[in-house]
Amino acid sequence: MPLLEIRNVTRRFGDFVAVDNISLSIESGEFFTLLGPSGCGKTTILRMIAGFDLPDAGQILLDGQDLAGTPPEKRPVRTVFQSYALFPHMTVAQNVAFPLKMARCSADETRQRLGEALEQVHLTDKAPAYPHELSGGQKQRVALARGLVNRPSILLLDEPLGALDAKLREEMQIELINLQRDVGVTFIFVTHAQVEALALSHRIAVMREGRVEQVDEPARLYAFPKSRFVADFIGHINLLDAQVLEATHGHLRLTIAGLGEMIAPPLAGAAPGGKGTFAIRPEQVRIGIHGEVTELKNHFPGEVTHFLYRGDVTVYKVRLANGMMIEALLPNSAPGGAELFKVGDPVRVGWRHDAGVFLHE
Amino acid sequence: MSDEHANLSPAARLTKWLVSGPPFVFLLLFFVAPSIIMVVASFRYPGEFGGLAPVAAADPATLQGLTLETYRFFFSDFIYTEIFIKSFFVALATTVICLVMAYPLALLIARSPKKSRDLMVLLVILPFASNFLIRVYAWMILLGPQAALSQLVNGVLGAVGAGPVHLLFSPFAVLIAMVYVHLPFMVLPLYTNLEKHDPSLLDAAQDLGANAWRRFWHVTFPLSLPGIFSGSTLVFIPVLGMFAIPDILGGTGDMLIGNLIKEQFLGTRDWPFGSTLSIMLTLAVLLCVWLAARVGSTRGRYA
Repeated sequence: MPLLEIRNVTRRFGDFVAVDNISLSIESGEFFTLLGPSGCGKTTILRMIAGFDLPDAGQILLDGQDLAGTPPEKRPVRTVFQSYALFPHMTVAQNVAFPLKMARCSADETRQRLGEALEQVHLTDKAPAYPHELSGGQKQRVALARGLVNRPSILLLDEPLGALDAKLREEMQIELINLQRDVGVTFIFVTHAQVEALALSHRIAVMREGRVEQVDEPARLYAFPKSRFVADFIGHINLLDAQVLEATHGHLRLTIAGLGEMIAPPLAGAAPGGKGTFAIRPEQVRIGIHGEVTELKNHFPGEVTHFLYRGDVTVYKVRLANGMMIEALLPNSAPGGAELFKVGDPVRVGWRHDAGVFLHE
Repeated sequence: MSDEHANLSPAARLTKWLVSGPPFVFLLLFFVAPSIIMVVASFRYPGEFGGLAPVAAADPATLQGLTLETYRFFFSDFIYTEIFIKSFFVALATTVICLVMAYPLALLIARSPKKSRDLMVLLVILPFASNFLIRVYAWMILLGPQAALSQLVNGVLGAVGAGPVHLLFSPFAVLIAMVYVHLPFMVLPLYTNLEKHDPSLLDAAQDLGANAWRRFWHVTFPLSLPGIFSGSTLVFIPVLGMFAIPDILGGTGDMLIGNLIKEQFLGTRDWPFGSTLSIMLTLAVLLCVWLAARVGSTRGRYA
């Protein structure tokens, strides 16, 4: 039995359907992420799990028990708010001990759990400080300790890294992964930042306009998106309008208007004449003049229009014969490095026959 | 601070003086100077027909100079200390009643939709639109023996066999008018404070297991202490010195410090003693504010 089950949940605000008949199962000990652009309904789901909002239809079950009649203060679920919501008039220790006080824990137990929680987030020496004396990262860790101190079944995190600068965000990502592994509490994480979702999660649900588009592990989500939206939302990708010419067990033969034919990995349910999108990641696209590229099954001529040097990699933008733009990513550790091509150079771009995915319309 | 001053351009410095100058001069002329006059007056002798006796007289036989007589007199008769204590308790009672009545109202306004808040605040300050004395005299009619309120109270009392009471010209009448007049001074600072509270703190408290009462007691209330403090100050201090309300609505035994001081200047015409009483009142107020600020600062380290 899953720890948390969301069954056909719908939530409307007037005419706006924030959450549209969503079902999800979340296992115990999982780091589960709800990912999507703002307004996709991810925060509404979080608020319904916490109990601040109620579904108009459907059920939310925790350990098989419907949560409908349970107010937020009685649910074994804690939230880390985007603004952290630390109590400004309490010290770090008082903030973290607050849930223990509400649960009327004994003084001994409070002391012990408070000590453990502060140690887990490396804030033991900040116990007597007030929130306004802390940095953003420290506030974040106080909020985490406060959420975890009472050993909830689920910790909900609402864009908790949003307010941190880039470097600190990366540090906190590692801390979050370690913390979740150490405490073993189920984390449900809400974010619009796909990089964060990929780095942290065991599984990700990609949401769009109140619906779940795809639920998968990060690597599968990245490699095998099931829709154009998911492909486009997760990472960078080249999307080429294509039509199926031939579908066999081993491959698909596609035609791209104005460009020619190409071979793609097979797809169940693809039939000749079917229209859709061929999606391929920039790092799967090779760029060259001859040699390696022309030996590939799929290669097309084009012209370099831009290149963006990013330090670790260089991104080339190439205009193909039919006017479409395609992005190729070259690691600068490759022989020749970033100096390889200039703007205006005629090149060939190509990719392996087993790279990329075809997406039905 | 010194760095800030050094960095100010001459134009900015001029602006600072122009802006702070007028209120500074005003307070110097009409607060500091009269206070000094009052302190000096408290050490002088009363004049024969009111006012002050001359400090320097042509005839050395009538020269009276300065004296501690008024202070000795103040402490020689316990009745003055008693009036101070009574005034203090009236001010305290008014403050507490105002607080108890204003807090739920301020909370209600602060948690109302933004659109209706301004209207509600306007309703709170609307009584100021009519004259203070008219509002106090209105209570004279409301509490009069022929008024419905008195009839009702005495009807109930009569039914249980208790004697009739006079609402008007009583400590009760004074207190009710004090509360009535000063209530907005408690509501406004409380509302201003409560309205600024981050609603996510209450969500967090609830999420962490606090029921409605504990959310109030552990979050809303401690965060509103600065509002309670400023509201209480704005009620307590004016009530301590108020003389109009006891004059109009109080009985003969309901004299407060304000009435006593007024009496010295306008009735018995003993200016030195009136000045002494005023100084004592100022000292008592400063003591109260200092004590309250000390309590407030240990509680309000986070602010």
